[in-house]
Amino acid sequence: MTRLPEGGLLIDRSAPVSFTFDGKTYQGLMGDTLASALFANGVKLVNRSYKYHRPRGVVTSGPEEPNALVNLGTGDRHEPNIRMTQIELFDGLTAQSQNRYPSLAFDVGVLNAAASKLYPAGFYYKTFIHPRHAWKYVFEPVIRRIAGLGRAPTEADPDTYEHFYAFCDVLVAGGGAAGLLAARRAGEAGEKVMLVEQTERLGGRLLVDDDAEIEGKSAREWVAEQVAALEAMENVTIRLRTCVSAAYDHGYTMLYERRADHAQNPDGPRHRLWRVRTKRIIGATGMIERPIPFYGNDVPGVMLASAVRDYVKLWGVSPGKRTVIYTTNDDGYRTAITLYEAGKTVAAILDSRADPAGLLVERAREAGIRIMPSTGIGKVEGGKGGVLAIKPVPLDKGDVAPLGQSIVCDCVAMAGGWSPVVHLYSHSGGKVRWDADRAMYVPDTDNPPRDGQGEAFVEMVGGASGALTMDAVLEGLPVTVASEQPAMPVWSTPSEGKVAMGGKHFLDYQNDVTVADIRLAAREGFESVEHAKRYTTLGMATDQGKLSNINGHAILADALGKAMPEVGTTTFRPPYTPISMGVIAGQERGSLFKPVRHTAMHDWHTGQGAEFEPVGDWYRPYRYQQGGEGRNASITREIKRVRDSVGLLDASTLGKIIVRGPDAGKFLDLMYTNMMSTLKPGKCRYGLMLNDNGFLMDDGVVARLDDATFLCHTTSGGADRVHAWMEEWLQTEWFDIKVFTANITEQYTQIAVAGPNARKLLEKLDGDIDLSADALPFMGFAEGTLAGCPVRVFRISFSGELSFEVATPTSYGLSFWETLMRIGEDLDVGPYGTEALHVLRAEKGFIVVGDETDGTVTPHDVGMSWAVSKKKEDFIGKRAMQRADLTREGRKQLVGLLTEDPKLVLPDGAHALSADGKRTIGHVTSTYMSPTLGRSIAMALIEGGASKMGQTMTIGIDRKTNAKAVVSSPVFYDKEGARQNV
Amino acid sequence: MSDLTLARPGLDVVAPANLGAIIETMPLRGMVSLRGDLTDAGFAAALDAATGCSVPDTRRTSENGDTRVLWMSPDELMIFCAYDKTNDVVAAFMEKAGDAHVLAVNASDARAVFLVSGEKADCVLAKGAPVDIAAMEVGEVRRTRIATVAVGLAKTADDAYEVFCFRSYGAYMWNWLTVAAGVESLLDL
Amino acid sequence: MLLITCPSCGVEAEETEFAPGGEAHIVRADVASSDDDFSTYLFDRKNPRGVHFERWRHAFGCGKWFHMARHTHTLEIFGTYGARETAPPQDILDRIVERTEA
Ligand SMILES: [Zn+2]
Repeated sequence: MTRLPEGGLLIDRSAPVSFTFDGKTYQGLMGDTLASALFANGVKLVNRSYKYHRPRGVVTSGPEEPNALVNLGTGDRHEPNIRMTQIELFDGLTAQSQNRYPSLAFDVGVLNAAASKLYPAGFYYKTFIHPRHAWKYVFEPVIRRIAGLGRAPTEADPDTYEHFYAFCDVLVAGGGAAGLLAARRAGEAGEKVMLVEQTERLGGRLLVDDDAEIEGKSAREWVAEQVAALEAMENVTIRLRTCVSAAYDHGYTMLYERRADHAQNPDGPRHRLWRVRTKRIIGATGMIERPIPFYGNDVPGVMLASAVRDYVKLWGVSPGKRTVIYTTNDDGYRTAITLYEAGKTVAAILDSRADPAGLLVERAREAGIRIMPSTGIGKVEGGKGGVLAIKPVPLDKGDVAPLGQSIVCDCVAMAGGWSPVVHLYSHSGGKVRWDADRAMYVPDTDNPPRDGQGEAFVEMVGGASGALTMDAVLEGLPVTVASEQPAMPVWSTPSEGKVAMGGKHFLDYQNDVTVADIRLAAREGFESVEHAKRYTTLGMATDQGKLSNINGHAILADALGKAMPEVGTTTFRPPYTPISMGVIAGQERGSLFKPVRHTAMHDWHTGQGAEFEPVGDWYRPYRYQQGGEGRNASITREIKRVRDSVGLLDASTLGKIIVRGPDAGKFLDLMYTNMMSTLKPGKCRYGLMLNDNGFLMDDGVVARLDDATFLCHTTSGGADRVHAWMEEWLQTEWFDIKVFTANITEQYTQIAVAGPNARKLLEKLDGDIDLSADALPFMGFAEGTLAGCPVRVFRISFSGELSFEVATPTSYGLSFWETLMRIGEDLDVGPYGTEALHVLRAEKGFIVVGDETDGTVTPHDVGMSWAVSKKKEDFIGKRAMQRADLTREGRKQLVGLLTEDPKLVLPDGAHALSADGKRTIGHVTSTYMSPTLGRSIAMALIEGGASKMGQTMTIGIDRKTNAKAVVSSPVFYDKEGARQNV
Repeated sequence: MSDLTLARPGLDVVAPANLGAIIETMPLRGMVSLRGDLTDAGFAAALDAATGCSVPDTRRTSENGDTRVLWMSPDELMIFCAYDKTNDVVAAFMEKAGDAHVLAVNASDARAVFLVSGEKADCVLAKGAPVDIAAMEVGEVRRTRIATVAVGLAKTADDAYEVFCFRSYGAYMWNWLTVAAGVESLLDL
Repeated sequence: MLLITCPSCGVEAEETEFAPGGEAHIVRADVASSDDDFSTYLFDRKNPRGVHFERWRHAFGCGKWFHMARHTHTLEIFGTYGARETAPPQDILDRIVERTEA
């Protein structure tokens, strides 16, 4: 156990917690993270690296952690690639290390490391290009077994997730010193403020680095006072465990709240995605400490110096008993002092600077800690058991220097300097600039992210703006803190002769990218950061290079002999840290994944064995299954019923649009190819609608209700589109046309009553409508009452049979339908689905927009020239249909196809071949077995089809098989239309 | 003969416990879609004759007893009235409008209406509507979307909102709203 | 994601409430137009990296079309105006000059 006898701001020593890591049960404390609890149990080896399978330990104490990723949870709650440093411990937590086979301690992938000279940068690109098929069958499966991160879950996630839209004036990202101050100032100014903090605590580094005195108070007192003040303000909302994942255009931000990942709040959604629109963002996102590249800097026990003191002060645990500190600045001395005060040994402080001085340095000296100026770490000795010792190296003796005597230690703390977290600034277009004095990228305030008015809307403050000391972070407040001397960054440390070039100085722990990889990329000509990054995969792992990018850029600049700004920097992209897939979906999963639309008879259909098919958002019965019958049996039965007696179709999904006004006829003449203005009240006309390119976009029956009012039917799923299309022309082009429209699709249930007994059935109902052929002829309509329901009855047919479409207000729909079913029992009435409908219409050669048309088809192509008015001066699509390509000979035309083998149903989309078999000259658009004709039928678009009547075509079935079919009229049944006109 | 209760088909959830918000389906109500020149005195007179209501301000409601008029767009209003009075309202409007270029159509069966009420009602809607719900005023009408379904929101009291959408989406919307109100997350919002 | 003010209903709403409709102020080539003119009307679009006048519809709101002046690179919105305007209003043109020359 390495738990310290006292201290640990966050832990509750009276609340032990039991958890399991790699099958072994351990004890931690409430308040621990998984990382701190494992340290407390002496566990240092937590993972294997991605490429070389090197043993790895925890490096950081926060979301920037590159190494300590685990598979968290089991079974349906399993989740890969979770950072141990962010997992708040709870009783029963189960985690497994990743990327090891068969176990963490014994890993066969270590062979990769032994052969690591064979795995330089770009190895994958260079090696696995040829032969191509080997990638799929050999390389990829093998690589996936030994490389890769956590396992993907295999079961559905039982947890819930949600989104939440919020609005504020100021979003403060980060609850450290700068964030607290910014939130307080904005709150006092009366602005609506959201303060979010990715951890469970406010105060940031002030909780650990409490040597500052602020406004005459201790750091912790000051934090408590700010928090109390903010909590008292009604206009300020504070959310913990919430990370600003992304800042997008015009102040749109996404926050990722880990709501129930910890023990205190197990109910309700696990994660919440906040979609916040804010006027301003204050980025108080702080800084991340940089590691230092040196030989062996990935041995478990080599950590960031700030993380070492976080573990001591926040969780009362020391990662090492005997620590060596390697620093480039004064801040590293804080770790030494912290360890010393906690009773741990600091074996030495290696400082890159020749003459370290200042208050913090003096305090370390007074504590008797050995300070070695101008010295770095030349080599780390150790392995999977952790650090055993280091060998120092002089930094002022060139690239290859003799190593000094071993210094025994079990922990190395790296203080490589600090990088402002400028991600939010970069997400929405802000630029960063290299500050050579402080050796960091800082927000370029001349090029900030701009909102919709062109005003800067993201401001970075505190550490995120480059402030290195607390008096700079809290600018404007009286702060007493040790002054610090300038840092001297080290981008790569010399090591002993032979390994100087090949030895592994790691930059990117997660993707196993080394200093040598970057130098190789530079030699091979990858001079831009963006190219070098993709070539070496630097910064492309799940941590997105939070620790590695700056060091990598510096090495590249050095290798190219350029200054940092000349090699450029990469753009940070959202999310800041990975977010769960579940939270992206929110509550819209399962039955809420996509909206579905139901008609009034939906439950009735379900009760009658309906199998549904989606049409747009609508669910329409495809067929009704009786007993155990197969699909074809249902469809055949339904078709025969319509041809022989009477069937009912739920046609409610057809769009219904009212067009009213003194210019309604004139307007519809422009919208349709047909002449609609001459339609008499009480009559219907089938109409075609084209787009401006002259291609079919919708069709339907138009009824004239009175002089000024038309009712336009559209295809199912076409109502919104057609309504919007009409409104577009009225609002943006022809606003002098006096017409109003209304989409009343859902006002009516519409039922097609089709078959030779259709009239007989309807006449059995009580009512006041004369349904005789004389009173209500084909393409007429009547209004009145049937079976107590207000109805409009249209004599229109899509089946070729005697057919009435009855519209009644939706609230009456189900009862009207059930009445028809009951009263029609002696006529063997029954429902038919959309597949029967499609066969019925195909037997009649009626087109379906979307089947026979594909956005390149004109009315002439489908043999409907009769529906295109020649008298009208203009209509949408008229001019386009005069274009050369639309009038040329040889366009595809709609024909019927009758296969030589009447039992063969051609595949949908099958290609028709030219006479020499070398070219495709058309394709099948609809194809069915016709029960009425006792043979297969198909419709097809064939080049010059109208002139090929009676010819035999070759149709490709698959790679090996062709079929023969004779070109015919697409009207297969009742060519005269006698059946519908009775 | 007619079924005047709004169907709630396919519900596999029951109304959730009240964690700060209650979801209710509203019985059928009369609705009239009106279009015309809202600034025209004749239009206002016809509306007054049919409903006793004035033309509401932009995105607002006017009311007279149980009859309400909602602003839907610069040339469109929606009348809420008693279901069995709808055709009378349409007829009264059209008669008074005379030859004016207007459209009035009974749309009483085309929409589903839900009432979301309670202290956390705004939070339920904020889970799916990209709107600053809490900033809405009583009497305000806002057309937007919940999930990907077009809806109208009408704030009827400090803690009550009517949600209306096309009727075919009713079952989906009910399920969506009850899930949003049912998770225990309302407690921490 | 853009934040857009609909000039018809006055609502300021996020982009998901709106549907884009391409370049604005295109004059419809009539039925007597030449092949070239009609082809220009159908297909030729500016697609600039810079100020763009475009059509939008408040699809999930009031349903009305309107015009918007927007910078396609910075995404700055210089203003929205009615669908019936055949050219951008002067105040928006002034703002564009002021904003893009600054
Ligand atoms: Zn609008």
